[in-house]
Amino acid sequence: MIKEFFDKIRPHVEEGGKFHAFRSLFDGFETFALVPNTTSRTGVAIHDAIDSKRIMSFVVIALIPALLVGMYNIGYQNYTLAGVEAGFFEMFAYGLVVMLPKIVVSYVVGLGIEFVVAQWKNEEIQEGYLVSGMLIPMIVPVATPLWMLGVAVAFSVIFAKEIFGGTGMNIFNPALVARAFLFFAWPTWMSGDKVWVSTSSVMGLGCNLPDSFTCATPLGDAASGIASTVSPMEMVCGLMPGSIGETSVVAIAIGAAILLLTRIASWKTMGGVFLGGVLTALLFDAVCSPENMVAHLGLNHLWLGGFCFGAVFMATDPVTGCRTEKGKYIYGFLIGALAITIRVLNPGYPEGMMLAILFMNMFAPLIDYCFVQRNINKRAKRVAKR
Amino acid sequence: MSLFSSANKEVLTGPLNLNNPVVTQVLGICSALAVTSQLEPAIVMGLSVTVITAFANVIISLLRNTVPNRIRIIVQLVVVATLVTIVSQVLKAFAYDVSVQLSVYVGLIITNCILMGRLEAFAMMNGPWESFLDGVGSGLGYAWILVAVGFVRELLGSASLLGYEIPFLSDCAFFHNGMMTMPAMALIILGCVIWAHRAINKE
Repeated sequence: MIKEFFDKIRPHVEEGGKFHAFRSLFDGFETFALVPNTTSRTGVAIHDAIDSKRIMSFVVIALIPALLVGMYNIGYQNYTLAGVEAGFFEMFAYGLVVMLPKIVVSYVVGLGIEFVVAQWKNEEIQEGYLVSGMLIPMIVPVATPLWMLGVAVAFSVIFAKEIFGGTGMNIFNPALVARAFLFFAWPTWMSGDKVWVSTSSVMGLGCNLPDSFTCATPLGDAASGIASTVSPMEMVCGLMPGSIGETSVVAIAIGAAILLLTRIASWKTMGGVFLGGVLTALLFDAVCSPENMVAHLGLNHLWLGGFCFGAVFMATDPVTGCRTEKGKYIYGFLIGALAITIRVLNPGYPEGMMLAILFMNMFAPLIDYCFVQRNINKRAKRVAKR
Repeated sequence: MSLFSSANKEVLTGPLNLNNPVVTQVLGICSALAVTSQLEPAIVMGLSVTVITAFANVIISLLRNTVPNRIRIIVQLVVVATLVTIVSQVLKAFAYDVSVQLSVYVGLIITNCILMGRLEAFAMMNGPWESFLDGVGSGLGYAWILVAVGFVRELLGSASLLGYEIPFLSDCAFFHNGMMTMPAMALIILGCVIWAHRAINKE
């Protein structure tokens, strides 16, 4: 039935048709809804059942648990901090109406630019934005205004992706570039203690909190030397202030399981990140002076902030990460280690995960180069011996 | 040859557009990133470079037949350093605030690639008047890029122009983009200028 629908539209968008300008749009939706049945006609080709569009869809599916918990958490924070009793569905619905506009803005702006570029370059629309568009609203604080999100999305799609040649060519993870842009452009909106809880009621749901209301993330608290009041249980479930999708370790773990079972994400990178994080956290716990609160969070580092989210959804990005198998361990390990190091040693950046991943994105090709070169040398020696 | 023959006009206007030192030859990027966070220092810097390039070009062009080839770089440096010191002293005397903002970058005009490039490539081979025009053209070519970048950065970064706040925009958070006040964003804006320039002039 879907196929008939597309077949009916096709003549209009083909060469000479009335709506030729929307060709890339049509093509994008058609291949999104149906698996393309074009196969190579010449030469030998190895077929895999999974193409990049399917990979993207799986990542989006893996993100859904974290998204749902994030929505619930928006409502939970709002109602709890206002001191109002509310049922599960009220909290969730409030989170939904707060969250939905962000997702819509992210997709409309991002895909809009992608469509324009695809049309302009006369190429097929690239599907890479499906994942980024979901990630970006999930890694910003709840109180980020929509226009700010739109500007950041436009910036990252143009300057982190399209100028490098589009999906698959980018050096940096576009979602993280969007967040980094926001972080440096409007620092007061992206950190501190005013942005983590949605304070106004929308469509009759939720409560209005006073303007002077503040609530910092546990990491932000630790950075300013306050003992956090969030219990470990709350940290794991995700009922604490933080960026929308990053708070719940359980939900992220479900996503991680999906990604690992379908072998979309590499367990080597993911494991490397956690190993690096654990070792560095323990190291700082052992050697730092007792005044530095962040250093003594110890293993709590792993549940706080964007560590898990970054490790599972950002570090494992196949485009910006390492491609050599051994390189993945090193790449992951250094991300974990750097993230904790930035958190502990730089009080200006309570959250180090974003900068750590962007930094290692830059070094991933170098790591790959070293391993490839080592392999070449090894084989050259083996040949020479013979 | 008349003073403004078509060849001389070409010398003057070439660097403004098609042969722009920043956009086409990609020289002098360092200072372009450092001084453009506001419009005023960008203008002053652009004018300083214009003055220094013009007069250094004239002086070197007058000396070009007497300078032994082996020590020409040293002679050029002495001339440039003298001019830079004069400009720096003038700025300190008459525009102290701006000279504090520009700080070390006035002194670093000595190392500006545009300057040495013009001396080596043009003043050593041409008469004083042509060299003067070339110096002015190159300096202004550099200056207008600085002004363009400085304009965008000051407008979007602090909602003001030349230090005056713009009344309606300054209330809007969009015009207080912290990223714009960082050199990283200057590089991106400069990239956009180059992009636009090459899109317009497809040679």
